[in-house]
Amino acid sequence: MNTPKILGYRRENGRVGVRNHVVILPLDDLSNAACEAVANNIKGTLAIPHPYGWLQFGEDLALFFRTIIGAGANPNVAAVVVIGIEPEWTERVVSGIAQTGKPVKGFAIERHGDLQTIAEASRQAKEYLQRASELQRTECSLDELYISVKCGESDTTSGLASNPTVGNAIDKLVAMGATTSFGETSEITGAELVCKERAATPAVGEAFMKAWTAYNDLIVSHKTDDLSGSQPTQGNIRGGLTTIEEKAFGNLQKIGKQARYVGVLKPAEAPRGKGLWFMDTSSAAAEAVTLWAASGAVVHLFPTGQGNVIGNPILPVIKLSANPITCQTMSEHIDLDVSAILRGEMTLDQAGDKLLDLIVRTANGRLTAAEALGHREFVLTKLFISA
Amino acid sequence: MIQFLVHERSDNVGVATVDIKAGEVAKGLFMDTQAPVKVRALTAIPLGHKVGLRDLKMGDTVIKYGHDIGRVTATIQVGEHVHIHNLRTKRW
Repeated sequence: MNTPKILGYRRENGRVGVRNHVVILPLDDLSNAACEAVANNIKGTLAIPHPYGWLQFGEDLALFFRTIIGAGANPNVAAVVVIGIEPEWTERVVSGIAQTGKPVKGFAIERHGDLQTIAEASRQAKEYLQRASELQRTECSLDELYISVKCGESDTTSGLASNPTVGNAIDKLVAMGATTSFGETSEITGAELVCKERAATPAVGEAFMKAWTAYNDLIVSHKTDDLSGSQPTQGNIRGGLTTIEEKAFGNLQKIGKQARYVGVLKPAEAPRGKGLWFMDTSSAAAEAVTLWAASGAVVHLFPTGQGNVIGNPILPVIKLSANPITCQTMSEHIDLDVSAILRGEMTLDQAGDKLLDLIVRTANGRLTAAEALGHREFVLTKLFISA
Repeated sequence: MIQFLVHERSDNVGVATVDIKAGEVAKGLFMDTQAPVKVRALTAIPLGHKVGLRDLKMGDTVIKYGHDIGRVTATIQVGEHVHIHNLRTKRW
């Protein structure tokens, strides 16, 4: 198979990005206001406010740093200004992002106040933005991209058509040598043994089962009844999905028929090589997509049934649907309408090729529906309460 | 034009790809074999919802994608709407 060429941004560490953001990144909730002020001063930069970063500990704190540093390190980001309430943890984020070789500088608010911090950070952001504006897209290859997949507001049309379309594209991308990732640990419930069999080796299958069992045990220990109304969601049920098992088999259509996952990643952990990877994530759309952005994914494929409208500030989210009602009533959110599959007028192979073409166009700079509509959901996954 | 699809030959439910009216004889297709199948809808089946292809009794297993997707909680007749009123997860 010929591997398509794309026009991307090759970063200092050799990774290929498809966007050129200058991010104003808060260490913590208290620094959101200053970050938003800087982004308001310097038009074209992007603040990513979030609600955490304070008094977290243990594995939850490790995940927090992995997510914040990973978001800044993402190849879709040209340069980063980090603002934190105090200097030590701010510097920890700066030095983590600096490992990629990209320009990054931190500013602490304590002993300066918001106004002086905003002034100094704005000057730095201006310099970074002007520098980024001179970077040129260069010819790269589609297999150099890292692409993640996750569905949302699924219904039975997802399992029939839009998820298998993504699966068809994943099989082709993996065959080209691209890096890909799927997850949604809780939504594999009911199909976990089938998923285990899709691992490249028995050891990887066991690693998946360990992650799934831990997640399932947590759900069981906290549940009050049978999760009816949470999994499947009310939207899923309206679309005709009845049980978590049914949702799970539909969900797994996204990993195609041939590809085998080569490893299991912690939330927000970067893949260690090419191929398909399983990431242990929540099934909540914005949380999961944020984890993939933090792991370095540069394009996300998002099939939807009833019409999830999610986007992400640094990771373009390509949305496709096979539900004719959704494609008609929410057309501004849908990048690719594959409802013709349900009418028998389009094959999955044709749909997969259309999706690959749209990935190439998106990588070349075409804005997704979510980007055009300003959907920038950046939602941190929190493992447990703060200290 | 088809009105419902069945993922696999062993499935005992199909999925409506258009709104099917009560009393209508709906035409469907098995996705694995492309074999045609017909069912008379006993109730309305909205787009995306499941229609029973076999008579099922309490405790039976509903099969879709060739796999177990839950247990029958109220008798299901051929042509009946299959959803949360007569199908429930075996998990959680």
